[in-house]
Amino acid sequence: MIKNFIAKAGWPRIIIGLFLLSLFIAAPFVGVRVDTSLSNTLVRFGMNGVMVLAMIPMVQAGCGLNFGLPLGIIAGLLGATLSIEFNDKILALVLECVAKYNLAFMNEQFVIAHREAIGFASAMIIAVPIAAILGWFYGKLLNRVKGDEMMIATYVGFSSVSFMCIAWLLLPYKHPTMVWGYAGQGLRTTISVEGYWLHVLSDSLAINLNEHLYIPTGMLIFFAVMAILVWIFMKTKTGTAITAVGSNPDFARASGVNVDKMRTISVVLSTVLGAIGIIVYEQSFGFIQLYMGPFYMALPAVASVLLGGASVNKAGIVNVIVGTFLFQGILTMTPSVINSVLQTDMSEVIRLIVSNGMILYALTRRVRNGR
Amino acid sequence: MSDINTKTTPLLRLEHVGKEYYGNRVLSDISFSLMPGEILGLVGENGAGKSTLLNILFGMPVISSTGGYEGDIYIDGKVANFTTPNQALAAGIGMVHQEFSLIPGFTATENILLNREVLNGSVLSYVFSPRVSTLNRDAMNQRAIRAINTLGVSINPDMTVSEMPVGYKQFIEIAREIDRKNTRLLFLDEPTAVLTESEAEILLAALKKLARKGIAIVFISHRLNEIKDLCERIIILRDGKLITDVQSQDISTREIASLMVGRGIERPRISLEKSTDSTNPGANPQQQGKPKKIKLALRIEHLWVDMPGETVRDVSLDIRKGEIFGIGGLAGHGKLGIPNGIMGLYPAGGNVRLFGKKLKLNRPRSALNRKMAFVSEDRRSVGLLLDEALFWNVTFTAMQVQGRFLLGIPGIFQIRNELAMRKETRKFIEALDIKCTGTGQKAGELSGGNQQKLCLAKAFALRPEILLVCEPTRGIDIGAKTIVLNTLKEYNREHGTTIIITSSELEELRSVCDRVAIVGDGKIAGVLPATSPAEDFGMLMMGQKFLDPETVYGALPSENANANANS
Repeated sequence: MIKNFIAKAGWPRIIIGLFLLSLFIAAPFVGVRVDTSLSNTLVRFGMNGVMVLAMIPMVQAGCGLNFGLPLGIIAGLLGATLSIEFNDKILALVLECVAKYNLAFMNEQFVIAHREAIGFASAMIIAVPIAAILGWFYGKLLNRVKGDEMMIATYVGFSSVSFMCIAWLLLPYKHPTMVWGYAGQGLRTTISVEGYWLHVLSDSLAINLNEHLYIPTGMLIFFAVMAILVWIFMKTKTGTAITAVGSNPDFARASGVNVDKMRTISVVLSTVLGAIGIIVYEQSFGFIQLYMGPFYMALPAVASVLLGGASVNKAGIVNVIVGTFLFQGILTMTPSVINSVLQTDMSEVIRLIVSNGMILYALTRRVRNGR
Repeated sequence: MSDINTKTTPLLRLEHVGKEYYGNRVLSDISFSLMPGEILGLVGENGAGKSTLLNILFGMPVISSTGGYEGDIYIDGKVANFTTPNQALAAGIGMVHQEFSLIPGFTATENILLNREVLNGSVLSYVFSPRVSTLNRDAMNQRAIRAINTLGVSINPDMTVSEMPVGYKQFIEIAREIDRKNTRLLFLDEPTAVLTESEAEILLAALKKLARKGIAIVFISHRLNEIKDLCERIIILRDGKLITDVQSQDISTREIASLMVGRGIERPRISLEKSTDSTNPGANPQQQGKPKKIKLALRIEHLWVDMPGETVRDVSLDIRKGEIFGIGGLAGHGKLGIPNGIMGLYPAGGNVRLFGKKLKLNRPRSALNRKMAFVSEDRRSVGLLLDEALFWNVTFTAMQVQGRFLLGIPGIFQIRNELAMRKETRKFIEALDIKCTGTGQKAGELSGGNQQKLCLAKAFALRPEILLVCEPTRGIDIGAKTIVLNTLKEYNREHGTTIIITSSELEELRSVCDRVAIVGDGKIAGVLPATSPAEDFGMLMMGQKFLDPETVYGALPSENANANANS
């Protein structure tokens, strides 16, 4: 029974899980509140979950880990910034529609009351098509470099970030909360989403037991819905074909499957999930981080899914959930506990050491099944 | 041998040499000897043990790393046990491989004298080591020219190998071996395979010349005429055993062919179906209605397929509905290319008609849509999803192509029906006796034979009208072999499915097929009823044009009826 569980879960996850548990146990003795820590872990879990989920389609299609996640994130950033830039216009448009069609429950008050949710939804609606288009080109590129996908993907991510560094400056954004104050043009490096859609997901249905324990129910439900959608997609005819392509492309081809098309679909899906993921992240974090912000976003996501037990060509929802929880849990707990033990404020340094150490560990642990 | 004491001791003598790879016997009890200046022909089918024998004699590491060999090898009467090719080279053994081992960017001279260059002495080389001395190009060229001339050809020694035609490369390989001063024994592994006829003639003449100088030669070829022409003695290997060792004037090519492939002229039926086959002679569907008019299932016209190593040049075949058709031939001659090309897995051209309607080539989907199924010869990399469960493997193709095993609205939203998938798989596990822990086991965990059955199950799940099976028994044990072949026969009988089997094992084809085509050099050498004597097949395989006009492509004779009557 126990042996079975160990074999199924794998030693790395058990060791990391026990380490995380011991941190939670040790926390009260060094003056760190367990409930606060737990809340932080859950918040981080919800923030990052969808971006980790973005790894699944590409891994399953044999395109490797999506180191090009920044491309999807950029689509999400475009959606986020555009939703703020045109916030007034979007609201006006929605009000116009409501007036025109005279829907029973959707009256003017309702729209005004839910203007944050509408802003958030508009960010998604703008981001998804952009991500799909970028993902399509990204997929075409990856089809030309079969076998070296991860290397190329890394550089697609890096170069798209660099390209957007120029674009963020040159794009004609005008909204005063987003552009540099002194020049009146060019987007700032960090843009607050307060007043637009800060915590729309996190705070809906949120549970506040006391001032320390906070559960971002809405965000967790959103993650769960996305995870279920991906899970169902992987069970469809197309999803099955994608899995077969990742498992053995020659087999898939001999079975009449269009290998390149399946790979492209998976890359598009991965990119779209990346875009949705970053918007979820931002609404909880409170800021849109532009310029070099997306540069290192792929690595924690990659590390999470690897820690969760995925290999370079097999990944499932369970890997995402377990991996994200372990990675974010360690990332939350280690700095605060060690900080309190050492009685100095070096949490940021410890956070960097721990996160990069775990990424390094996870990358060395990647297994290539079969072949 | 009677004249053994008239000469000196034999140059090479083998006594009871044998070899096993992981319990799989590939060579047993080989004994023969070779005199200086003698040319020995070594013939045998693919897998008869020729390469293993060469590997042993040349001290290839693959032998010592798998536990060495049995028996003794004597060179000049002394026991020799080479563990590296260098030792064999030092003992005066030269080897010309089937694949060229030349450096393309080097000239003929540089290749011939590689690592045996003529050096100019200098102060530097005196002080440090000979490694830093310069090359004496003139002397090297002269030596190269001498070696090339020995072969009776003229090749510019300054030509780079990459610019040479294949024939020249072969000569350079041999020139390199004979330039080595101590070479006394030369092994040639199918040296004429890449040569044109005139080039081959020159080479054979050159080899005779070398033999007269006292170099012993072991010559391997699939062209029996060459062997007859060149060799004084012929050794025939079959299934790792030495079958005959005769003077070449005492044996005809026809006899060689028959000894190589067949177990005698008589046709031994592998007893596949003990009872049904004899009690139910009208088993074949085409016979039930007595073929007044034979329906064509597949007409192949001028098919070419660009499959690496198995190029098909120009194949035309007619395959009848409901028959089991075999495609045989030596490895590398293109027999595997035919089914792979028809299924669209490799670039192909020509005309393929399926029940009269043209088949679109180069798209696996079009062949699958027309109710064709394929069992690949490469079951691990093409045939199976090793990392997935059995039920995925069996039903995946049917799901993708025919939309079965799905729930939901077609075209809008469909999710896979794992229950139906498992049910179908369970059916095949029982029917084919696949040994596994359940439908959820991964395909990669099964043994070779069970994997092969799984491949068949996958094809059957498509409910095909035409089934193309490649090398169905490669690398599986006897028990599984019987089941696989039986299953194919039964399926053919029960469903009237046309089955095309491609196999290197002629005996197997003859035991299950109605007709067998032999492929040579990318073309059909001939089509014979399976009941034809083994030696006829052997002759076809050896490139002997032996065409009975009745049985070749184009004619649709009723000889099939007699064929079945014989059995």
